[in-house]
Amino acid sequence: MTLSVSIRHQFSGFNLDIMFSAGSGVTALFGRSGAGKSTIAQAISGAFAPKEGHIALNEEVLFSSDQRVNRPAHRRGIGYVFQQDLLFPHFSVQGNLEYAQRYGRSGTGETNLSELLDILGINHLLHRRPVGLSGGERQRVAIARALLSNPSLLVMDEPLSALDDPRKAEILPYIERLRDHSKVPILYISHSVSEIARLADQVVTIDSGRVIKTGSATDVFADPNIVPQLGLQSAGALLTATIEKHEDDGLTKLQSASGPIYLPRLDAEIGQTVRVRVLAQDVMLSTVQPENISALNVIQGRVSAIKFGRGPGAIISVESAGNTILARVTRRSVQALDLEIGSSCFAIIKSVSVAPNQIGRG
Amino acid sequence: MLYFGEQELAAILLSLKVAIWATFLSLPFAVWVAFLLVRRRFWGREILNALVHLPLILPPVVTGYLLLMFFGRAGFAGQILNDYFGITIAFQWTGAVLAAAIMAFPLVVRAVRLSIEQINPDLEHAALTLGARPIAVFFTITLPMALPGIVVGAILGFAKALGEFGATITFVGNIPNQTQTIPSAIYGFLQMPGKDQGALTLVFVSIVISVTALLLSEWLARRVQRRMHGQ
Repeated sequence: MTLSVSIRHQFSGFNLDIMFSAGSGVTALFGRSGAGKSTIAQAISGAFAPKEGHIALNEEVLFSSDQRVNRPAHRRGIGYVFQQDLLFPHFSVQGNLEYAQRYGRSGTGETNLSELLDILGINHLLHRRPVGLSGGERQRVAIARALLSNPSLLVMDEPLSALDDPRKAEILPYIERLRDHSKVPILYISHSVSEIARLADQVVTIDSGRVIKTGSATDVFADPNIVPQLGLQSAGALLTATIEKHEDDGLTKLQSASGPIYLPRLDAEIGQTVRVRVLAQDVMLSTVQPENISALNVIQGRVSAIKFGRGPGAIISVESAGNTILARVTRRSVQALDLEIGSSCFAIIKSVSVAPNQIGRG
Repeated sequence: MLYFGEQELAAILLSLKVAIWATFLSLPFAVWVAFLLVRRRFWGREILNALVHLPLILPPVVTGYLLLMFFGRAGFAGQILNDYFGITIAFQWTGAVLAAAIMAFPLVVRAVRLSIEQINPDLEHAALTLGARPIAVFFTITLPMALPGIVVGAILGFAKALGEFGATITFVGNIPNQTQTIPSAIYGFLQMPGKDQGALTLVFVSIVISVTALLLSEWLARRVQRRMHGQ
């Protein structure tokens, strides 16, 4: 599966000029509110025709200003999950799902209904009306409905933004399961760094109508130059690790290429691969092996990049056995420790600073 | 006392017949026009909007006169209908239906339009992305969701058709047992001495029909609303 998108459109006071492609798995379109993400989603799904551009899914041209193609929305085969749930209020949950089965495409990659209901945990809701469901339940039904139309691509436009934090936490594992079990590629649009850090395989970062960085989630989050877009508080690299042991004192031991990591008890099976977002502001650096400190995780590596900000801070990139860790320290510390590219150093991470919502299934 | 003579009964039956026909004649067009006005952007949209509202703004007698000019025996459409189909509608009960339907049309459009405006267009787009063609989306999403407004519009149209006087009397006259509706009969009775009882009877009947229609529409609208949001 390949989605290729190129769009140019002038709005009043805002130019959209982007080009990217997306493969299988989850491709995240990341950017702040107003960066142009939803317009892109609308152009892909057929709700909006840009002035110039070319949108193709596999070999099929969906939109082309040169070839004068603008395939109508109902013939694009693109499932769309919106910011607010848009279940049809005059149908039951089952009626909503049947609507997709009735009008959706048949044939290739037929979605297995009972398996889908299990993955999204909505089996018990079938006879309910949308009005009686919680926000999280409605959004899960909306996702199932979109998939039951057998789309070639699922576009999720800020699917969690209308939910409160507990609901988000409730629904994220379902989307992770979907990602791992469904063959339908997903274009996941969000301004939430934590959602993207958990879900995305590939990340396309957008700012003011332009693509500024594309790459795997690990690469994008490890790039110190992208920190301004992520926000200082949210910046942090992804660390891939495998669950090794749940210990008696409430900690879970993980094994990574850079050595063992101890985190508060994780709700995951032994042997499972997870990815942990380590916030840059929670990482401390030392040039010597620290002794007698309370922090449990010390990772040895080398400085691979230093980026000074406008203020007193700097972001240091530490490379360790293929993993990258970002640390946010002061300019003064960089000078005091004499850090430069290639310097050997130790990154110190407090176990308790890693919140459970920063850990996703790998 | 109430008095139901032959003329009174004929007027009541004709009025009901005319109002029911007029309602069902204008309803589908009104829904279609309301949908176009809310959801589609096309050249001449404002002109269509003005045209729809014309019967509401013009003096009813003027509308009746225009109908006569157009659909009368010598009128453009009237001639075609007469020459090719052998149909005359001026001074016939069918003419009363046409006059009532046209006078009711703007009211029905306005009611339906309001209810379509309440529907989130993203719902319709969601249905499109599931693969439903626009016409299927209209019948499965837009129409059912606009149903409360359509019911209200139908009842409003019915009431308007029942009470239509100016355009009707100008276009089809006031011929007892043929084109005499309740309002024109009341008017006729009041012109003749000693017919007050007939007028009073018809006034009473009008009130009963109108209030019944209103209660029925409230009940229907509530039922539809409840079914939509299922409890």
